[in-house]
Amino acid sequence: MQTVTRDMLVSRAKALLADGTVDRVLGWKAGEFTYDVTPGVFTDADAMEKEFVYGDFCGANFSKYLLTEARKTEKKVLVFLKPCDTYSFNQLLTEHRFDREKVYAIGIPCDGMLDIHKIRTLSAEGVTGIDTDGESVTVHTLYDGDKTVARADALAERCVNCKSKKHVAYDELLGEDGEIIDSARFDEVAAIEKMTPDERFAFWQDALSRCIRCNACRDVCPACTCEKCVFDNPNSGVENKSPANSFEEQMFHIIRAFHVAGRCTDCGECSRVCPQHIPLHLLNRKFIKDIDEFYGEYQAGEKVGSRAPLVDFMTGDLEPSEAVKRGETNA
Amino acid sequence: MQVTEYKPKIVAFCCNWCSYAGADLAGNNRLNYPDNIKIIRVPCSCRVNPMFILRAFQRGADGVILCGCHPGDCHYTSGNYYTRRRMALLFSMLSYLGIEKERTRVEWVSAAEGAKFAATMNEFSAQVAALGENKRLEDLRCKP
Ligand code: SF4
Ligand code: SF4
Repeated sequence: MQTVTRDMLVSRAKALLADGTVDRVLGWKAGEFTYDVTPGVFTDADAMEKEFVYGDFCGANFSKYLLTEARKTEKKVLVFLKPCDTYSFNQLLTEHRFDREKVYAIGIPCDGMLDIHKIRTLSAEGVTGIDTDGESVTVHTLYDGDKTVARADALAERCVNCKSKKHVAYDELLGEDGEIIDSARFDEVAAIEKMTPDERFAFWQDALSRCIRCNACRDVCPACTCEKCVFDNPNSGVENKSPANSFEEQMFHIIRAFHVAGRCTDCGECSRVCPQHIPLHLLNRKFIKDIDEFYGEYQAGEKVGSRAPLVDFMTGDLEPSEAVKRGETNA
Repeated sequence: MQVTEYKPKIVAFCCNWCSYAGADLAGNNRLNYPDNIKIIRVPCSCRVNPMFILRAFQRGADGVILCGCHPGDCHYTSGNYYTRRRMALLFSMLSYLGIEKERTRVEWVSAAEGAKFAATMNEFSAQVAALGENKRLEDLRCKP
């Protein structure tokens, strides 16, 4: 259950539509099941009344949608942002990707979103419906009857390791603001650093070889906003195709993560959308962890206008050979 | 039967202003460095995109070394400072993926350091030779 309810969001959105502040609302529409809600754009109150939903599966980060929606509006777009989304929002503003004047942002508190893949693994396949109530999640399944899962076990990875319940950008806040959390999000990265090179290689071969190059991780990422992407370049040899061998897998993943290094806010969208459940956050967090250790702590999106570590330097920076040693042994 | 000694293939990206001139000086001074080092001249070490490094490995390199002007001496003032951060992160990531860290290197070589150029190349070539062929970041389609 989320502290903010659907009705709170709908009534606030309707009021803003009615008084002419906004003419478009970014929200969620029901899918076939409770867990496959899809992002949608609403322009009138009736449609919202009929189709708007909100709940534990509304994890999509809407900040990237502002790139296109802010161009379409005559007034403003209304967007609901969870705390983690506000970091992406700021990062996009830092990179001048949309017009702040065209957006009305409402910050909403978040109690953690659920991961249908985890729920399926813990209960059964053939999930037809899900009811959440307090600390437990009731899963209705087609073949195995009803099952109960603890909410804590069903939380999305990024929510287990939530880095902040505090909004860093909004025009208006619904409910209470939270605090920045001292999360354990780098623990898994440190565990991989501790492995031997052979183990690390095997771990990543196993993970990356599952990639089908659907490009979902790139498309959803609010830091990946180039209109022309290297991976769409017909001369690259890897344009919109599934990886032919392990080299292509490695190349796609290294370059994807590198292109957002220093700008990735660790919003977790890439890992959420990956149909192959590849732990992409472990690549992004390696860069974040290294940046923090080599160049001082830096959280992308915390402040609008901050300078990303890769477009900055200090004359006394670490030498690459030193960096590699540290990146391996500091675990 | 003749047993041929294994020679690693090495790509050396050298910046036009310092390291490439350093290589030239090594030649002028008749200093030896291995012939398996293939130099690619770039306008600045900062020109080297992470993709170049991966491409070199894809096309069969066993080791990749990037040489530029010493920090503070960049012809374009600050290019090599960006290179330093980029390569620190990229190489750390490669090692995180289990690719041998001895296959990559950044070295600052000035136009006056012909001797350093030759010594670095000899040393790096030996280091890569000890590892053997690059198997972890290779593309079989690009191999003979
Ligand atoms: S979302 Fe997953 S499967 Fe699709 S390209 Fe990204 S890593 Fe590969
Ligand atoms: S790389 Fe992943 S975690 Fe980072 S900003 Fe993009 S979608 Fe979010």
